[in-house]
Amino acid sequence: MRLSLTINGERREDDIDPRTLLVHYLRDIAGLTGTHVGCETSLCGACTVHLNGHAVKSCTVLAVQAEGAEITTIEGLARGGQLHPLQEGFWEEHGLQCGYCTPGMIMAAADLLARNRNPTETQIREALEGNLCRCTGYQHIINAIQSAAAKMRTQKAA
Amino acid sequence: MAVIPKFVGERIKRREDPRLITGTGMYVDDVRLPGMLSAVVLRSPHAHAKINSIDLSKARALKGVVCVLSGDDLRDKVGPVPCVAPADHVPYHPVLAQGKVRFVGEGVAVAVASSPYIAQDALDLIDVDYDPLDAVVDPEKALEPGAPVLHEEFGNNSVTFASVPNPAVDEAMRKADKIIKARLVNQRLAPIPMEPRGAVARWDGGYKQLTVWSSTQIPHLLRSQLAEMLKVGENRIRVIAPEVGGGFGCKLNVYAEEALVAHLSMTLGKPVKWIERRRENFAGTTHGRDQITYLEVAALKDGTVTAVKAHFVCDMGAYLQLLTPAIPGFSGLMMTGCYKIPALSFDQQMVFTNKMSTDAYRGAGRPEACYIAERVMDMVAAEFGLDPADVRRKNFIPKEAFPAPTAGGLVYDSGDYELSLNKALEIVGYQKVRAEQEAARKQGRYIGIGIASYVEICGIGPSALLPPKLKGGGWESATIRMEPDCKVTVLTGVSPHGQGQETTFAQIVADELGIDIDDVNVVHGDTAVVQYGIGTFGSRGTTVGGPALMMSVGKLQEKMKKIASTMMEVPPDQLIFTNRTVALASDPSKSIPLQQVVDAAYGYKQPIPGVEPGLDATSFYEPQNCTFPFGTHVAVVEVDPETGVVKFLRYVAVDDCGRILSPLLVEGQVHGGIAQGIAQALYEEVVYDESGQLLTATLMDYAVPKAHMLPRYELSATVTPSPVNVLGVKGVGEAGTIGSTPCVVSAVMDALKPFGIRHIDMPLKPEKVWRAIRDAQQKG
Repeated sequence: MRLSLTINGERREDDIDPRTLLVHYLRDIAGLTGTHVGCETSLCGACTVHLNGHAVKSCTVLAVQAEGAEITTIEGLARGGQLHPLQEGFWEEHGLQCGYCTPGMIMAAADLLARNRNPTETQIREALEGNLCRCTGYQHIINAIQSAAAKMRTQKAA
Repeated sequence: MAVIPKFVGERIKRREDPRLITGTGMYVDDVRLPGMLSAVVLRSPHAHAKINSIDLSKARALKGVVCVLSGDDLRDKVGPVPCVAPADHVPYHPVLAQGKVRFVGEGVAVAVASSPYIAQDALDLIDVDYDPLDAVVDPEKALEPGAPVLHEEFGNNSVTFASVPNPAVDEAMRKADKIIKARLVNQRLAPIPMEPRGAVARWDGGYKQLTVWSSTQIPHLLRSQLAEMLKVGENRIRVIAPEVGGGFGCKLNVYAEEALVAHLSMTLGKPVKWIERRRENFAGTTHGRDQITYLEVAALKDGTVTAVKAHFVCDMGAYLQLLTPAIPGFSGLMMTGCYKIPALSFDQQMVFTNKMSTDAYRGAGRPEACYIAERVMDMVAAEFGLDPADVRRKNFIPKEAFPAPTAGGLVYDSGDYELSLNKALEIVGYQKVRAEQEAARKQGRYIGIGIASYVEICGIGPSALLPPKLKGGGWESATIRMEPDCKVTVLTGVSPHGQGQETTFAQIVADELGIDIDDVNVVHGDTAVVQYGIGTFGSRGTTVGGPALMMSVGKLQEKMKKIASTMMEVPPDQLIFTNRTVALASDPSKSIPLQQVVDAAYGYKQPIPGVEPGLDATSFYEPQNCTFPFGTHVAVVEVDPETGVVKFLRYVAVDDCGRILSPLLVEGQVHGGIAQGIAQALYEEVVYDESGQLLTATLMDYAVPKAHMLPRYELSATVTPSPVNVLGVKGVGEAGTIGSTPCVVSAVMDALKPFGIRHIDMPLKPEKVWRAIRDAQQKG
């Protein structure tokens, strides 16, 4: 069937098998492989993307459910060659090792910072409940999100 | 010209990260090739069953399906899954089951189709007629007469029995003030890298070239094994480890699916991809630990431990994967930990059960050893009413004793165990926390302080320590190439998958050659590009791969000095590399640009006597000994007696990994290690029911810790360089995992002391802790 939607600001139309999962559509048809599949049960969060501005686990959303929606993936986060503060934060604070959970982690964190500009460590830990990382033990991820939050508050103030 | 700074020892950002934070890294599932087909594996729902027949006809008839095969179709076509470690009984391990299945998740058939969705549909159409057999999942029961036998040809379920006797142990037992006995369990764990396994194969018939992309830690060793399984020359196989999303030991292996996709691609003439799903990952990727240890400890009243004797029962699972029976050996050898325990004896009974194979998992044998050693120290302290820190001090190998031969027959390279203990206790404020604990107990609050001093074995090591059948030894390789434009390419035989050697090795090279870190490109994980290497495991990346790189750097420097020496007319031994020049050590203002030296080597318009054109060097470094990182972790926890929930109040880790090249990356390694060790202590356990069904087959049932389940870690370090290698490094990949498990168990047991509870087997889940408290209260 026909699917039309906007991905990272670009409109697309594709013919898809109705049972196609959003994550497989993004990876295999739209060619955006930055979004990863870690469990296919919405437990690990590696596939997190934004659907109409909110974080969703794209492994348990059918692509057809995104009809007419605006999707943002990790590939759409940097603007005009400038990394998003969260991307900078993860880089500066060593918030990643193998990198597999990272795109989902960053997208989940972006959702948090859109709701809470200045989250506490406890709030960050709780907000990341749906995103697993096996490498970092989370501390550097938390530092990365705090660093990005501070940068974004300054940017907004300026 | 700007001065180029030094990079080693600086907290610099990783060079791997820009692609990973923008979603442009390429993992195996991101490999896309024209005409690529998808393979999906049908897996056994039974732990133990006879296969009467398999009907593939309906699956084969489905539109879009290219091929469906069962184990019988592959007889004599694909060799068995290899085990290179010695064992008395090594069973035939077919890539797909033949005649019988022996664990839930064993591959039974494979469907290949134009898309994974259609291949999955095809699996639903395969009809397998099974006769279920009795299964055995408890390794101790598997040894009893009458137990179901997995491999009939062996007559029983024994894999192998290994014994390291020592008459001095019996002597020490006779003279002991007390013999403490215990049964300790290191439960079965699942490694769970966030990226499951996966492989893509492409056979180019015209060129007779097989390319296999695999999410592996050991591309070259995999190539050697695939060559044997497929009967294809190693010079015709290229293995690429692309971006690998974590390994933790479970990708230090050779799996059926890697050979399967290769065989399928060779027979179908098209690229074939197989990507593991998480449920398959739980059932069909190697597990770790699963050891039971019966301990006898000879101790004196003053806390001195004079002998340790242990009997291990080690669960190998249904088949032997690459190193399965080799892992428990480290648990025996390292069981005396940081302590000068003079007498050690142990034996190990390894057993087949109807479960997935165990093999390396972060720490691989040493977490088990450290858990044993540290429980021993706590039990001795509890027995004689001594402070657990004092018991450790009493038994530590003193710093003057290094290099220190151990009762296990190893020689620890260097160490200062008391220094790390004292530092950790100082950071946590030991006396103050003890006082707070005392005060809290009076208010009915249960705070516990846990201590674990660990030593582990890394950088393995001299090749003689590795199994004789392993192609490749304990060495590592590196090539360094100064390109004509003065940029440097490094080809390393290690295969990092998150550890960050693209950064660490670039730091080393930049400093040694006086160039910028941006001038260095570190390449790994492609057997067509990189000389034979061993791979990344056992904290060996920098410990063994680093010295190999230093050897090549040295050779390159020597050559460039020779060239520069003729150009500058000064002796080569007076030259140094600094700020993109070759300069006189005594007066760096007297220099020539590095580019001129490089031009001379490549242009070669004026031949230099005794110097070949070109600028590259390759080295293979064989370590003379292993390295032995160490440290002390201290945890402060509070246990809620009403719920059994354990809450962290503090977590302090003082680690000594020798010289620190990249502090930020070292911290990252320690953090991740601690998280996995805490997970063993408190949360994780692979559970099979009595019939061999895997109950923990999703991330809902298997408790990989989330951010809110872990504490903030307070790290510090001592630095005791290793004399084993030129860099002075010891390795840090597994240290955190090794120290943290016993530390947390120690803390929980300390909290439960007022209840008279001395031991609970891991994981210390709230329910278990709550039951132990309730039982103790009812008894009391």
